Amino acid sequence: MTTTQETAPAPEREEIITGCDAVAQALRLLDVDVLAGYPIRPYDSVMTAVSKMIADGQMDAEFIVAESEHSQFEIGKHASLVGARAFIGSSGVGWMYGMEALVVTASLRLPVVALVGNRALDDPGAFGVEHNDAMMVRDTGWLLYWVESAQEALDTTLLAYRVAEDKRVMLPCALSMDGAFLTHSQHMVRVPVADTVSAFVPPYELGDRRFHPDNPVSIAPQFNEDWVMEARRQSDAGMRRARAVIAEATADFHRVFGRGPADPFVDSYRMEDAEYVLMGMGTVGMVGKVAVDRMRAAGKKVGFLRVKWFRPFPQPELRALLRGVKGVGVVDRDYSFGSNSHGGVLYTEVAAALYPEPRRPVLVPFIAGLGGREVSVDNLLEMEETVERATADGVADLTCQWIGVRGPDSDPRDVAATAEGGVR
Amino acid sequence: MSDETSVGAVDVTYRGIFQKNLAGVITKELVKAARREDKVGGTVQRYGDSPERNGIPAKQFAVIADDMDSLRVEMTKYEPENVVVVCVMDDTLTKGVESWAWYGVRPINVNLAPGGTLLVVSHRSPEELLHWIPRRTYDWTLAILPGEPSFGGLWVYNDDGTDYRTMGAVSRVTGGLISLDSLIAQAGSAKNPDLRAAQLREGYESVQMHPIAAGVGAQDTYVPVEMPDWTQMREGLVVPAVEVGKNNTLFMKYTTRTTRPLVKFDTCVKCQICYTVCPDECFIPTPEGHYDVNYEHCCGCGICAQSCPVSGCIEMVDESVFESNEPLHKVFESDPAAYEDLRAEKVAQAGGANPHYGIY
Repeated sequence: MTTTQETAPAPEREEIITGCDAVAQALRLLDVDVLAGYPIRPYDSVMTAVSKMIADGQMDAEFIVAESEHSQFEIGKHASLVGARAFIGSSGVGWMYGMEALVVTASLRLPVVALVGNRALDDPGAFGVEHNDAMMVRDTGWLLYWVESAQEALDTTLLAYRVAEDKRVMLPCALSMDGAFLTHSQHMVRVPVADTVSAFVPPYELGDRRFHPDNPVSIAPQFNEDWVMEARRQSDAGMRRARAVIAEATADFHRVFGRGPADPFVDSYRMEDAEYVLMGMGTVGMVGKVAVDRMRAAGKKVGFLRVKWFRPFPQPELRALLRGVKGVGVVDRDYSFGSNSHGGVLYTEVAAALYPEPRRPVLVPFIAGLGGREVSVDNLLEMEETVERATADGVADLTCQWIGVRGPDSDPRDVAATAEGGVR
Repeated sequence: MSDETSVGAVDVTYRGIFQKNLAGVITKELVKAARREDKVGGTVQRYGDSPERNGIPAKQFAVIADDMDSLRVEMTKYEPENVVVVCVMDDTLTKGVESWAWYGVRPINVNLAPGGTLLVVSHRSPEELLHWIPRRTYDWTLAILPGEPSFGGLWVYNDDGTDYRTMGAVSRVTGGLISLDSLIAQAGSAKNPDLRAAQLREGYESVQMHPIAAGVGAQDTYVPVEMPDWTQMREGLVVPAVEVGKNNTLFMKYTTRTTRPLVKFDTCVKCQICYTVCPDECFIPTPEGHYDVNYEHCCGCGICAQSCPVSGCIEMVDESVFESNEPLHKVFESDPAAYEDLRAEKVAQAGGANPHYGIY
C-alpha cells in the first residue's frame, strides 16, 4: 500500500516482541496516565511489560493493581472521568467478572482502552483463545477490534485512543488479541518514537464533562423512563459517527507514520477476482492467507477477508467485497449456542450484513479453534472445499460444521438430529 | 366510569412502606370484586416509586374495564388514564406527590379525570384540605372519609379497617364503579366477612362529598419537568451539580414529610448536631448560631429531634397544622415571644409533639 507522504517517514526501530509487549510499547508512547490491572492469563503479560517499563524509568504512569477486575475497570473508568488517559484489560472470565463496570464505562461515554487477551470462558479452566469473552460487550457501546499481528497490536492501540477520545465518538475501545497465538508469540515490530505518536494522538480532553472541583457536575444520576432512551440514542450516535472517525484516523496514520493498513475496517487478501472467500477474525488470518496462496497456486480463485473492527461492524465493506462472490465460509472462533444455523457470532453478523443485497453468496458457518485449538492450513482448505460443494449443490442453509473436533458431524445416538438431516 | 369509555382507574396514593400493604389490599380487592360484575381488572404499581422508602409518596392503581382490550392498553402504562377517583391515604399527602423520579412535586389531583373524586382519609375540614390542593379547570369532588392515616410499621399490615372503609367509600363516590353488594360478596371470602361487610358499609355511609367548582383551591404552581431531546442533553449522563449552599430544585422531598421538626430556638445550645446529622442538609446556620430549617427539603425523618441533646428543643409536629414551607427563624428574630406563642399554638393544634417519631 502506498500513500502520499506529507512528512518524511518517522524514525522507527525494530524489535522482536510479543503482542502484549507491543501494546505496552504503545502505552508508553501514548504517555498513558493510569493503568489498572488484575492478573489473569494471557492478558497479564501486558502488566508485566508495563510494570517493568515504569520500574526502569521509561514510563511515568500510575499503575494500580486492583483486588479484582471489577475494581480494576472502575479505577479505569474513574481515572478517565477526571481526565486521565486510562488503560485496563483482562481475559476470559476476568473480563466477565468486571462486566458491570465495563457497561457503565460505555454508557458514561468514557474513552478507556482495554486489551482483551482472548481466552476460553470457564468452565473448564482453559487458557486458550476463544472470542466469546470480548464479544460479551458487543451490544453495549464498546468499540471492538481484533488484531492479527504484534505490529497491528501496537498500531491499533494508537488508533484506538485516537478514535475513542475523539469528541465525535467518546466510546471505550477494546482491542482483542488471540491468547497464546499473539499474546505470547514474538514478532518483528516497528516501534515508532514518542514525538510521532503525540503528533498522531492529541492530548485527551474531556471538556466540560471532566469531573473536577472547578467543574461541578453530577455524573449518572438516577434516570427513569423519561430520560434513558435519549441517553441510549446518544451512544448510538457516537457509534454511528465512529466509522468516519476511524477512516479519518487511519488516513492520518498513513500521513504521520508513512505506513498503515489499506482498508481501515477489513483486511482483504487476494479478494480482487475471488469466487470463494473464507472469513475470520484474529490470528486465523495468518493461516488463512497461506491457505489462499496455496489454493491460488492450484488455480482456485479464493480470497481471505479478515474483519478488524467488529464494532462498528463493517457492513458497507462486506457488502461491496462479497458482491459477486459465489460462496463464503465464515470461521468463528466463538460459539453462540442455539443461534441461526447453530453458527457463531461472526456468522450471524455477516449474514445480517448481507441481507439487503439483492444477490447474496452462499454462506457457510464454521466453528473452529475453540479453547485454543490450532486452526491449520489444512482445516481451511477443507472448509473452502465444503463452501465450494455447498455452492455447487445450491444448499441455502447449511447447519454449522465444527472443524477440528474429535468425533462425527452428528451424534449417531441422536435420532432427532438424524431426522433433521444433521450436518454432512 | 363515564359512558364514553369502558375503563376507569382508581389511584391509591399512599405513604411508601408504611401503607404499602394498605394500598395493595384496596386495589386488589376492588379488582376481585369487579370480576363479580363481569368486569376485568388489574393493578399497576407506579414503577418509578419502587423501591419505596419510608413515607415517600407512592401510587398503586386498580384498573377496571369492561373488556380485555381496554384493560391491556392501560396495563402497559406507568400511570393508567381516566382516574375516576384518587384515594389519599394520609391527608398530609395533599401537599403533593414527589416520587423519586424527576417529575418535581406534582399536585395530588394532577391526574384526576374531570368530574372525578379526590377521596381523602382525614379528620380535617374541606377548607383545611383545600389549602394545599390546587385548583382544577374542571369541576371535581372532594370526598372526606373520617379517619386517621393508617400506618403499618415497616412493611406491616395495619388491620384497622381503613382498607375496607376506603373501598366502601370508593363505591359510593364513583356511583358504583364497583357496587357495595359486590364488595360485600367479595369480602365473603375474607377471614371475618361480617366485620368486613360492616367496615364496607361504614365507609360507604360515612364518606362526605363536597363538590368543588373549577377554579376553587390553591394556586396551581406545577410546571411539568422540561424534557430535552437527545441532541440537547449533555452527553455521558452529565448534569450540572447543585451549587454548594443550595439545594436541588428538582428533588425537594418535603412531600415525604408527615411531621416536621419545630425548633424552640430560645433553648438551642448551638451545638451544631442537627446541622451535622441531617441527611438532607436542611439546617441553615443563622448569624447568631441557631439553625433554621429548610422545610422544602426536609423529609421529616426525625433524626434531628432524636439527636438534639436539649429536651424539647427540636420536636416533631404533625405536618397538617402548618400552612406553608416558609422557614420560621425570621419570626423568632423579629419577636421571640411571638414565635414562642406560634410554636406552642402549633404543638397544641397538633395534639402535642409526636414523641415516638423517628425511632429507627
